[in-house]
Amino acid sequence: MPEVRYLKAVNQALYDAMEVDDSVFVIGEDVAAAGGPFKATRGLLETFGPGRVYDAPIAEAVIAGVAVGAAMTGMRPVAEIMFMDFITLAMDQIVNQAAKARSMFGGQASLPLVIRAPHGGGLNAGPQHSQCLEAWFAHVPGLKVVCPANAADAYGLIRSAIDDPDPVIVVENKTLYAAKSELPDDPQAVPIGKATISRPGRDVTVVTYGAMVREALTAADQLTIEGVDIEVLDLRSIQPWDEAMVVSSLARTHRLVVAHEAVEAFGVGAEVVARMADVGFDELDAPIIRVGAPFAPSPFAKSLEAAYRPDASDIVRAVRRTLA
Amino acid sequence: MPIKSSSLQVLYRQMLLIRRAEERLQKLFADGDVPGFLHLSIGQEAVAVGISSVLGVADTVSSNHRGHGHALAKGVSLSGFFAEILGRADGVCRGRGGSMHVADLSIGMLGANGIVGAGMPITTGSALALKMKGAGNIAAVYFGDGALAEGVIHECFNLTSLWSLPVLFVCENNGWSEFSPTERQLATSLERLSAAFGIAFASVDGNDVVAVADQADKFVNQMRDMPSPRVIECQTTRIRGHFEGDPQDYRNKEEMSMMSERDPIARARSQLLAEGLSDVWFEQLHAEVDSEIDVALKLAKGSPEPTSDSLVADVYTPRLGVS
Ligand SMILES: Cc1ncc(C[n+]2csc(CCOP(=O)(O)OP(=O)(O)O)c2C)c(N)n1
Ligand SMILES: [Mg+2]
Repeated sequence: MPEVRYLKAVNQALYDAMEVDDSVFVIGEDVAAAGGPFKATRGLLETFGPGRVYDAPIAEAVIAGVAVGAAMTGMRPVAEIMFMDFITLAMDQIVNQAAKARSMFGGQASLPLVIRAPHGGGLNAGPQHSQCLEAWFAHVPGLKVVCPANAADAYGLIRSAIDDPDPVIVVENKTLYAAKSELPDDPQAVPIGKATISRPGRDVTVVTYGAMVREALTAADQLTIEGVDIEVLDLRSIQPWDEAMVVSSLARTHRLVVAHEAVEAFGVGAEVVARMADVGFDELDAPIIRVGAPFAPSPFAKSLEAAYRPDASDIVRAVRRTLA
Repeated sequence: MPIKSSSLQVLYRQMLLIRRAEERLQKLFADGDVPGFLHLSIGQEAVAVGISSVLGVADTVSSNHRGHGHALAKGVSLSGFFAEILGRADGVCRGRGGSMHVADLSIGMLGANGIVGAGMPITTGSALALKMKGAGNIAAVYFGDGALAEGVIHECFNLTSLWSLPVLFVCENNGWSEFSPTERQLATSLERLSAAFGIAFASVDGNDVVAVADQADKFVNQMRDMPSPRVIECQTTRIRGHFEGDPQDYRNKEEMSMMSERDPIARARSQLLAEGLSDVWFEQLHAEVDSEIDVALKLAKGSPEPTSDSLVADVYTPRLGVS
């Protein structure tokens, strides 16, 4: 299977979706002529023209509002928010409008809109260009949230997100953009809400998503040397998330670590842990341990950011604790 | 094309229907039968009716917290409207939205809104979609003078002007933003804001339904031919409080008496009388409108309260074959 960069898979998904459905259009800052700040939308303007690929002014509230209003009027907009941090300026349209429209209007309408937002640190971009805010959106009824960890899932989840009748936030980790992984010649949609086992193992389940999947796999290699065999479970979708798969993995390993790049407190991991402490209680042989960023804004200095971002060594330590 | 007197009769009837419907709600609220907040548009009916007189079902509108008139003028079913505001299962939104969220997307009514200013970005998106479809339809948004201080107006004026999107911005300037007068809210004027973005602007007497309809007709025809935004500022009067139950101790007597002189329905009535319509015509019309309201309200009151089994329905769209 050919290996492609994550970014290429994102681009391909947008291209294929626009090709099969005229109602799909792309809007965002510098997404058209410049091909996107990270080049995710490169070539779309040339192929589909200015009537389907819109360079928006720096105006996140109306970018999100355009997605909402156009979705209400029969289109399938895909909006890009340049850095997930900037989504704060679009919150009313996402949280009060997009998320609620279907329920609040009694099921009259579906809002098939997608918001793509790159999250995460590793670029020394500082406190306002590095945040992982996915838990906010997972907390809002009416939104779906996905966070693909590799090229095939980026392709597949973006296709599913665009096809989905409801608003989907697609969170892409910036440090993954250049990473290569396998993408079949005929890539397929990946259903929203289904996790995957990235590495089977017997001793401890590590539930994670996004760029932390890579860290968990590195941790797995290190732990093998110690004779510990971890199972890496990539959630892929955060809202809805695949509780059944987590429970069944836990039923095999009886030990659980939940890891994400986002701040640990009140994060996605807290939800997973709370559910497993309930429905998975009988399976647990050890306390559940979370791995996440400390409760501080993402710092700038190289030394500080490196210490701030959770990595394979943090996962290794957490796994050892569950076995202690 | 200027509005003819035959259509003034139609406009009068619509205004009357909105007025009587809201007067019934006012009474129901006082009796404790309407849950939540109730913002009445009594005194502002000419705006909704005048604007809607030039819109078709394929044109969209988006509204605000004071949106009963906007919804009824766009054609939302009267019984579904009442049932919604009473919180009943047969409400247009199945009782999940209430007064501040009345919507009927099948006729292009994209919803009232509980967030001041939020209709503007939605309408901008709707207008982009309509422009892409290329059938000459337009999107209108109603907002109050209070919304002029919200940041989104800048984004929306800029984008609609830059991209020539067919948005009709309709400001209902009633001089109040809750309990504060407009002059304490805005350092400029809507006219100057519009000019800054190169958007054509008109100010009309918002209590003169013919003036509103004529201006809307002029603008909307231009917009259908050549998509681009327009702003209409309608000077109007909020006869009731900000919400029902508002003691309004911040308003003075002069304003109150000025408002009754400017009542849009009384004005249309004198115009029609001057054109030779008889008192009998009015009596008949009033009886007809009241019985229409009686029928709708009876239906609404007969509708059950939604049951808790619908609590989490419609958060997401059900998908066949997808769990
Ligand atoms: C974002 C937001 N801020 C504040 C409010 C509370 N609020 C509701 S209506 C209103 C005043 C709006 O005034 P205006 O837009 O002039 O409309 P009017 O009530 O006069 O019709 C305020 C402040 C709100 N609903 N939404
Ligand atoms: Mg006002």
